[in-house]
Amino acid sequence: MNILLILPILIPFITGIILILAWNNQLGQKTLSVVGASLLLATGVGLLLSVWEDGIQVVQIGNWPAPFGITLVADLLSAIMVVLAGLMSTSVIIYSLTSMDPERESFGYHPLFHILLMGICGSFLTGDIFNLYVWFEVMLISSFVLVALGGEKAQLEGGIKYVTLNLISSAIFLVAVGILYGMVGTLNMADLANQLDNAKQPGLVTTLAILFMIAFGLKAAMFPLFFWLPSSYHTPPVAVSAIFSGLLTKVGVYTLIRAFTLLFVQDVEYTHTILLVASGLTMLTGVLGAAAQNEFRRILSFHIVSQIGYMVMGLALYTPLALAGSIFYIAHHIIVKTNLFLVSGVVHRLRGSYHLKQLGGMYHLYPMLAILFLIPAFSLAGIPPLSGFWAKFVLIKAGLQQGEYAIVATALVVSLLTIFSMTKIWGEVFWKPELESSEVTENPPLSSLLHLVLPVAALAAITVMIGLFSEPLFILSTRAAEQLLNREAYIQAVLGLGVQ
Amino acid sequence: MEVFLAILAGALYAAGLYMLMRRSIVKLIMGLSLLGHAANLLIFTVGRVTRANPPVIGHEADMLHAPFADPLPQALILTAIVIGFGVQAFAIVLVKRAYQTVGTDDFDQMRSTDRYEDELFK
Repeated sequence: MNILLILPILIPFITGIILILAWNNQLGQKTLSVVGASLLLATGVGLLLSVWEDGIQVVQIGNWPAPFGITLVADLLSAIMVVLAGLMSTSVIIYSLTSMDPERESFGYHPLFHILLMGICGSFLTGDIFNLYVWFEVMLISSFVLVALGGEKAQLEGGIKYVTLNLISSAIFLVAVGILYGMVGTLNMADLANQLDNAKQPGLVTTLAILFMIAFGLKAAMFPLFFWLPSSYHTPPVAVSAIFSGLLTKVGVYTLIRAFTLLFVQDVEYTHTILLVASGLTMLTGVLGAAAQNEFRRILSFHIVSQIGYMVMGLALYTPLALAGSIFYIAHHIIVKTNLFLVSGVVHRLRGSYHLKQLGGMYHLYPMLAILFLIPAFSLAGIPPLSGFWAKFVLIKAGLQQGEYAIVATALVVSLLTIFSMTKIWGEVFWKPELESSEVTENPPLSSLLHLVLPVAALAAITVMIGLFSEPLFILSTRAAEQLLNREAYIQAVLGLGVQ
Repeated sequence: MEVFLAILAGALYAAGLYMLMRRSIVKLIMGLSLLGHAANLLIFTVGRVTRANPPVIGHEADMLHAPFADPLPQALILTAIVIGFGVQAFAIVLVKRAYQTVGTDDFDQMRSTDRYEDELFK
């Protein structure tokens, strides 16, 4: 029984409960929130080390043997995702110490944040498909409240769209799980993988695969199911946008990878070709949507969609190198995208606007902040030697090896368009002279915004480190990808020896 | 029985989707709840409908013998109903607040977050 597997769910849960009990004590809430998030990061690292050393870790909840009970499984991909969840939550919580308004804090921002984390970590660790549905709902309901918390007009409008499309996705997911159970009579993912290979109705398996693709694709904001994202992600406070952009869509990508490497690999030719086409269109629509925007956070939101395409591309190519590229890309993207949202928040704090037309002169006033923007922005576009370059390099190499030149060309063109968007933000916000009509007269030094700048600087430093020393992360991604493709080892680890 | 349940589930889906595509936010809530019911009924039906055979081991037997009703789909539905109840309660409150704040129940009027922002700054 490996306690490290349960802790990533238990820590946010207990933190959340204590935070609710300490409802009126704001200082206590803040302190506890930081402690809870850092503990999650620490256990995440512990879990990753343990999986690295000893292989796939499994816990049967309540000691019910698989496939009858609920199983928690951590392979390298799950462990990497938990570490990233811990890292992002710690950065964003420190950031929100000063960025979140007392109003929202007194209405449960911190407890909701940790319940959200519980849902996210649960989704990464569960080995049971219905349990995954439950974790999705835990994550969704807390994210619904976080989107709407504050009750501004834009938040409520965006919230309705976000809630509706995510509930439709849940309904599809639920039906798919129900039909799956009706067909093979099990819900344990390892057992499912076993049974689906010998299913009597291969046509129905493919139908189910598509149902799951729609449900998870909606969560991951894949083309043509992404519309909820750009109409809601820019409405809540920036700390909420940042954690959503970092983690929520990536849960969708994670489940897509899990479903289409473990469960639905019977008709790769068919399913993964759909994924490949969808990934190309996702990249393209996302980046073109971003090019038309003039609001800092809306540009970034459209770029999330575009980047999801790269992650799905690796899955769709379905080779060890491509999957390693996907995992590398997810790790790089979570850090970089969260950081860009955090930078947009710092700019808003200093200038009171997200609109490019109303901003300007930031480079002249805050050169350090400009550099902190440039690092993640260039990394997103894929300029060497930053992390995004290596992520795209691996994916494109995998695409060339497979001879999929169309997707490679799309990926390269989208990279160029990404540079266009990032230089647009750079030119409008940082480079052009400040507007004469600007009403802002105070220019507080950056050091007075320590809680805001510290996470930004830390994440930028990690981006540079990944870029300069990309080999450890690449080796890790490669091993995680090999584990994903080795289904027998996963099934063996969950169901135990002697079961075929 | 299965045929009847399948047709009913289909009808619920049709009604739910129709409601979702109306412009009123109240009908949206109804559509979402109908969709949830349709999903539950579908799971119930594909989980094999077995009448008058509860999954109980009798006094003489030491294991279950077919045919027996599978309790697991019903457990799944129960979980889904509870979750759906909570989510719907939240959605109703959200819609009410949105109606009060935006001042309309028409979706076509609720597009400020999707509009090209330059219009807002003219």
